[in-house]
Amino acid sequence: MAEFNKMSEMVIAGDFAGVKALTQKMIDDQVDPISIINDGLMPGMNVVGVRFKAGDMFVPEVMMSAKAMAAGIELVKPLIAESNMPTAGKVLVGTVKGDLHDIGKKLVNMMLESAGFQIIDLGVDIAPAKFVEAVKEHKPDVVGMSALLTTTMLSMKDTIDALKEEGLRDRVKVIIGGAPVTQSFAEQIGADGYAPDAAAATDLCKQLTAN
Amino acid sequence: MLIIGELINTSRKAIREAVENKDGEYIKQIAKAQFEAGANYIDVNCGTRVYDEVEIMEWLVNLVQEAVEAPLCIDSPNPLAIEKGLSLAKYGQPMINSITAEKERYEQILPLVQKYKAKVVALCMDDTGMPETADDRMRVVRTLHQNLTAAGVPEDDIYFDPLVKPVSTGDNAGLEVLETVDLITKQYPNVHKVCGLSNISYGLPNRKVLNQLFMVQTMTMGMDSYILDPLDKTMMGFVYGSQALLGKDPYCMNYLTVHRNGLYA
Repeated sequence: MAEFNKMSEMVIAGDFAGVKALTQKMIDDQVDPISIINDGLMPGMNVVGVRFKAGDMFVPEVMMSAKAMAAGIELVKPLIAESNMPTAGKVLVGTVKGDLHDIGKKLVNMMLESAGFQIIDLGVDIAPAKFVEAVKEHKPDVVGMSALLTTTMLSMKDTIDALKEEGLRDRVKVIIGGAPVTQSFAEQIGADGYAPDAAAATDLCKQLTAN
Repeated sequence: MLIIGELINTSRKAIREAVENKDGEYIKQIAKAQFEAGANYIDVNCGTRVYDEVEIMEWLVNLVQEAVEAPLCIDSPNPLAIEKGLSLAKYGQPMINSITAEKERYEQILPLVQKYKAKVVALCMDDTGMPETADDRMRVVRTLHQNLTAAGVPEDDIYFDPLVKPVSTGDNAGLEVLETVDLITKQYPNVHKVCGLSNISYGLPNRKVLNQLFMVQTMTMGMDSYILDPLDKTMMGFVYGSQALLGKDPYCMNYLTVHRNGLYA
């Protein structure tokens, strides 16, 4: 449908008001709300992800696109039963104990949400026990930990160990990120993956939840 | 004006490889090049070496001091690595990067500032998290200023870092820093202000241009020290030019000296 293409273009352009108006029009025209998400909003955001990764779009533009998409989602969400809401998976995120940095984590959240993941953000300074508790409560597919300090990144290992002790490690994928974190560190501490930036984190979550 | 040369940092690929290959000559060469390019302090950061940071700090500090008789900026969140670096620093007054108003960090770093009579970068961050506004930052500045001076740290040794965040994720990220620098300058005229420049441009194209512009803008508001790459000639040319234009370079002598030395050629 031409309107779906138009909606995708508006998401790519970060046209907040346009997406909102067109979504409302489509709802009024009895278009299936799930189709609005899957055929209109998501394809636009997928293009944004590809262009961002290629260096053709930049962080502020991605933020505008994500905001435009969210404006559409907000209108259709009440019309869809929660169990039918299209979701790519549930991701639990947090900055580890002793660490208060959150800029990178916010970007990751935004990209993941735009890719259809449901995000539960625990915030900053999250101790291993809190991660464990939240995994029990929310049953996420993926746990994402962020650390910006070399002194706090070891807490990622403590969290993974705590998940093991509680017998939860096999039920979730664990991914890590943050300036001092590397792929080899991820391997050393037994994480399932490492992502250097928000776009890579999104790809990683897609890959891990597809298996 | 204090220029802190930022290049000896194991999060940079070339330094990481030099450390892995025990290529001491490269480290010495980079230390020397930075010093000759006008760095007053040489920053040493090996925080990415999580398991042997203290050992690598010792190796780097000794190498840098073989190459140049320059004071060092010991850069780590790890008090053990900082202490190791400070204990070996032998030229001039060492600098610590950094202390914050986070309770644990403050209590770990303050004794080192006192013991080694070091200059200290004071990052505008406390246990409530990353600051958003100038008000958030000034609240931390007040606390740190009060506590540090009460602990006997001279104002001249305190370098407030307003904590620069990317303008790509918040339109006012630059403005909040400029406002903070202005407020510190007015309310605490005897302390110094320092920052790194690369955070501001994260997520945007043409980062070098934005970093250079932000240097000029912050200096105009009263910033008097930078952690930067002194081998970036354009940046250094702007540093000296901006100082002259702001009346911080009597008779434009520094500007003319670097001109004669070919900085603008």
